[in-house]
Amino acid sequence: MMNFLIQIMPNLIDRIDVFGDAIIETLLMVLISGAVSALFGIVFGVILVVTRPGDILENRILNTILGRIIDLFRAVPFIILVMVLSPLTLLISGASIGLKATFFPLIVGTVPFFARQVEQAIAETDRGLVEASESMGLAPLEIIFKVYLRESVPSIIRATTITFISMIGLTAIVGAIGGGGLGAFCYNYGYSQSNFDIMWVSLIVIVILTIIVQLIGDLLVRKTTH
Amino acid sequence: MIRLEHVTKTFLTKNGNVHAVKDVSLEIQDGEIFGIIGFSGAGKSTLVRCINLLEKPESGAVIFEGRDLLKLSDKELRAQRQQMGMIFQHFNLMRSRTIYENIAFPLRHMRLKEDEIEKRVMSLLELIELKDRKDSYPSQLSGGQKQRVAIARALASRPKVLLCDEATSALDPHTTQQILQLIKRINKELNLTVILITHEMAVVKDICDRVAVMENGKVVEEGNIVDVFSHPKMPVTKNFINTTNNLGKIQDLLDSNHPLVQIEKNQKLVKLSYQSTNTKEALISTLSREYDVDCSIIFGNVEIVHEVPLGVLVCVLTGSDENIEKALEICRQNKVSVEVIK
Repeated sequence: MMNFLIQIMPNLIDRIDVFGDAIIETLLMVLISGAVSALFGIVFGVILVVTRPGDILENRILNTILGRIIDLFRAVPFIILVMVLSPLTLLISGASIGLKATFFPLIVGTVPFFARQVEQAIAETDRGLVEASESMGLAPLEIIFKVYLRESVPSIIRATTITFISMIGLTAIVGAIGGGGLGAFCYNYGYSQSNFDIMWVSLIVIVILTIIVQLIGDLLVRKTTH
Repeated sequence: MIRLEHVTKTFLTKNGNVHAVKDVSLEIQDGEIFGIIGFSGAGKSTLVRCINLLEKPESGAVIFEGRDLLKLSDKELRAQRQQMGMIFQHFNLMRSRTIYENIAFPLRHMRLKEDEIEKRVMSLLELIELKDRKDSYPSQLSGGQKQRVAIARALASRPKVLLCDEATSALDPHTTQQILQLIKRINKELNLTVILITHEMAVVKDICDRVAVMENGKVVEEGNIVDVFSHPKMPVTKNFINTTNNLGKIQDLLDSNHPLVQIEKNQKLVKLSYQSTNTKEALISTLSREYDVDCSIIFGNVEIVHEVPLGVLVCVLTGSDENIEKALEICRQNKVSVEVIK
């Protein structure tokens, strides 16, 4: 068995310890950046919805400014964003390469995307539910948590799934330009040295990660939809 | 209990201002079922939202138990809103919560103890006869059941008023009746004031004590339901009443000069309207016996309005002019209103 593996992917078996670290790094990048992005994304998404015209905390100025900033960030290709942000990354994380340096650009790249996704998910909430809650005397903050967020849990999970999957893709990009994880592994040991076995296995692992995220997402959506 | 004084609400739209509610003043008494009827776009939904300030009128006053709601702070207003339950055309239940949790929803935010919440929810489930469905989700219920849950939720905070915004418009006639009976029952049992918005005359006719008719943002007619029904003044009111009976058809027959309404020289076509309370006597028989006036009924309708039967007969009277005149006079003396059509 081992001989067979060595035969079809000699370079990978050679670097198997680095490969293991790379997978863990990718997981860390996705989980930590994902969690932080989800938090900010939900906050901004909620603000976008409740400040829109006619909603519970209508505020056209805040709504417009936040919307424009988000669209601006979304317009920048991620690879350029990472480069432009690098001085700031160094300042915040104390490193400009390696795993630590990947979190900040990943979060900045993902939050605007996720915020728009959450906005869309929450905006689907039936206006009637908000009206009913207002008629029961709920305050705006209670409506945000008990109606907007609570009632759109399945849609938010769906948005989160999409965001995590696209984030897996982004981790490979930051990896390739000086970060860590599977992207860096694939680039440094695979692409740079024309080791196709390494590239293929990296690809397969990423695909499997994506599928797992999608399956978990689907399961949670089913569990929370009534 | 609730007094609206010169309430006006205008919406700004791209096509200019829309006056949804224009200078409406109404007074709703404690414990009554008050109907507001109008065709769609008449402003009735906006008007009911002006009562709990889901829509803020730009002028006028909304007095609830002596306090002008427009002068309250947001926090005080939210406390007042707990005194007013509201139900909606599309029920507006929370899909992610069970029936039990939906009814408990307003109580949780009132920070009641868990056992007090359970006590109240269970007694409400009993009231709406859905105890066995408490762990179901709204998507598993029929429209009528959903509206019953919405009623229970609206009653959970023990309000003094129930606002019903087209509460039966999405339901079939049979279910509508059930919901109306439930509303009537809670009105009696809990002495709950009910304000009911609808475009269906049948709804108003069945359960309202008083009614206001709205057209183009204004209240054009208002009064005791039996009076409004038996003596409608405005064309829109007559229109609504005709939707619940076939009286409008008579006009069609007249317009087309149908053989049924063609009369001879010694005949008259008359419309007699009466309330059952004054028709114990055999009036028609009296007419033919004592005045030699034959009466052939070509159209009849009896409407039960708020438990008072209101009857309308369109008939052809045959006899000498003098006798017919005498006969009609007897009718009038018996409080039957007479309209000679031709």
